[in-house]
Amino acid sequence: MLNNISLLGMAPFLNVQLLLDGLLIGALFALAAYGLALVWGVMNVKNLAQGDFVIMGGYIAVVFAENGIHPIIALPVAAIVMFAFGWLLYISIIKRVIERDLFTSLLATFGIAIVLAQALNLMFGPDVQVAESGFETLVLFDGNVTVSQAKLVAFGLASVLAVGLVTFMKKSRMGQAIRATSQDARAAKVMGIDTERVYAFTFSLNAAICGAAGVLIAMVWVIQPFFGITHSIRSFVIVTAAGFGNLPGVIMAGLGLGAMEQFSGFVLGAEFQQATVVGVLIAVLIWRQVQQNKHRQVVE
Amino acid sequence: MMNKFTLYGLTLAFGILGPILFPAYMSQFTVLWLMVVFSLTWDIMGGQMGYNSLGNIFFFGIGMYVCAMVQVGLYYDLAAYAAHSGAVKVNFTPEQYFTGLALGTITAAIVAALLAVVFGWIVFGLRGPYFAIGTLGVAIAAGELMGAWDLVGGGGGMSLPGFPGDSDGTAFFYVLMFALAISTFLFLKWLYASRFSLAINAIRDDEEKAEGMGIQTKRYKTVAWSISAFFLGISGALFGNMTGFIEPLEVAFPTVTFGIFMVLMALLGGKGTLWGPIIGAILFHVIKEVTWTYLLGWQWVALGVLIVVNVVFFQQGIVGWMQDKWPEKFGIEVDTQLGANDEQQTEAVK
Repeated sequence: MLNNISLLGMAPFLNVQLLLDGLLIGALFALAAYGLALVWGVMNVKNLAQGDFVIMGGYIAVVFAENGIHPIIALPVAAIVMFAFGWLLYISIIKRVIERDLFTSLLATFGIAIVLAQALNLMFGPDVQVAESGFETLVLFDGNVTVSQAKLVAFGLASVLAVGLVTFMKKSRMGQAIRATSQDARAAKVMGIDTERVYAFTFSLNAAICGAAGVLIAMVWVIQPFFGITHSIRSFVIVTAAGFGNLPGVIMAGLGLGAMEQFSGFVLGAEFQQATVVGVLIAVLIWRQVQQNKHRQVVE
Repeated sequence: MMNKFTLYGLTLAFGILGPILFPAYMSQFTVLWLMVVFSLTWDIMGGQMGYNSLGNIFFFGIGMYVCAMVQVGLYYDLAAYAAHSGAVKVNFTPEQYFTGLALGTITAAIVAALLAVVFGWIVFGLRGPYFAIGTLGVAIAAGELMGAWDLVGGGGGMSLPGFPGDSDGTAFFYVLMFALAISTFLFLKWLYASRFSLAINAIRDDEEKAEGMGIQTKRYKTVAWSISAFFLGISGALFGNMTGFIEPLEVAFPTVTFGIFMVLMALLGGKGTLWGPIIGAILFHVIKEVTWTYLLGWQWVALGVLIVVNVVFFQQGIVGWMQDKWPEKFGIEVDTQLGANDEQQTEAVK
């Protein structure tokens, strides 16, 4: 471990490499986390199946790539398929948990997560897979830093998607209705907004965002049926650290988490990746508590 | 309520006669009582106090590892023993075995309870979903970290001292596990009749108000968690010795199997009741053992579906449903006038 740290000190380009990789992958984490922030903020549903939506999108890309179609074409397809899937899930289950206590939505979506992960496992097997995109690798700084073009393309697409989402939320009627509902559902209802439809749309939109993020993750990284829970925890870390309704915060936290994972993966070893994510989660939760305790008096 | 003593008698008769009549299923019965301990201890927090932990399995795994370390460490060099990872059988004399087991189990229970205090300090400021996710995180992280600790065999696990004599100890561990389930039940029965349960029920109903009324919520929460951890630590120590081989992800910290079963069983039977978790555990375990092998890989999908259906459509559980249906049998008095008012109030709030 100490050897690895001193290696980082000796080879400055290695830091650049890790940082770059982390930022590029972190943008994709931020995308999925933005979906979670949306559902959490508007519907007060904590979706633990978030990561499994991502993995589902990823498998759509893998299927496309295996059939000789470029995975980028899978992006709109995955978004549409996942939108429909989200709508179905909303009508059958989520609708019934919105007004219930906090734990109900958490446990119900955890159940959904188990079903999805296991179903994917039965369909595709437990092997790690990747959607071959056929992009080249760029070499920078005299061969000291390499960047695969796929990562740059994925980063670019994620940025385009994020800008599109923000514009949608600001300008379109539906986006305005979603924001109104999140501010005060009852008042929105009184003003003639069909909140039921807004909830259904929000949840489906989240599934679509996750699906798109999943396609990009399958292109630049690996997917496996049981990686979903780690992605869910990542989204929770990011949203908890940034707070919802705070898009710049979500992006910064996403990029930061991506970079942190790369560095810890290098220093501690790749097998600690999940432990790192969970460790960051616990650290964020403790930090939130310290913040809270400043505002609130407790009986000691 | 239906005649209490019949219920006790039936349970005792089942616990004693079951393994005598069907000795081939003895280890299944042991796991059944383990499940009862799981769901009873989960319900202290989840049902009675309203703090839904997804990471209680942490204490089970900790108990298992602490007991193993004490058992081996008393007589051998732990690192050298674990490095063999079970390839070299070390023989323990019966005296060494039982002393190690007894001391290990006690240490396991104490360490688990102490860790509950430490983690309580971290997680009890968290409420609702943050608490559930935080505890889930602790359990997952513990499995990963144990897998990296070479002193206890790392990801490859380590084998425990073999049961002395000719038998494999199945009957011995059955009796211990049954006794543990009974003592957990009796302790909780006593606990739920005391002031303590009033305090933790108040925390469940409205934590801010409970705090306002002068209940030291943080202390109660920590004690409640230590109680679950204490019994879970013992159960982990016993189960580890029963299987004879421990390993971090599948045996000691199985977050997605045992860790979720305990939540599901308590919900199925009816959380926040004394008998609910027991009924849920027995029902779930029997259904699982009977149907599992016929589902051909779909059993985990079925488990997820069961969680969703249970949580969304049948959250009150079996005992909760019975209480709604026949409240007079449970000694609950229903004030119809108040009930009507309640309904009006909820309408108004909506």
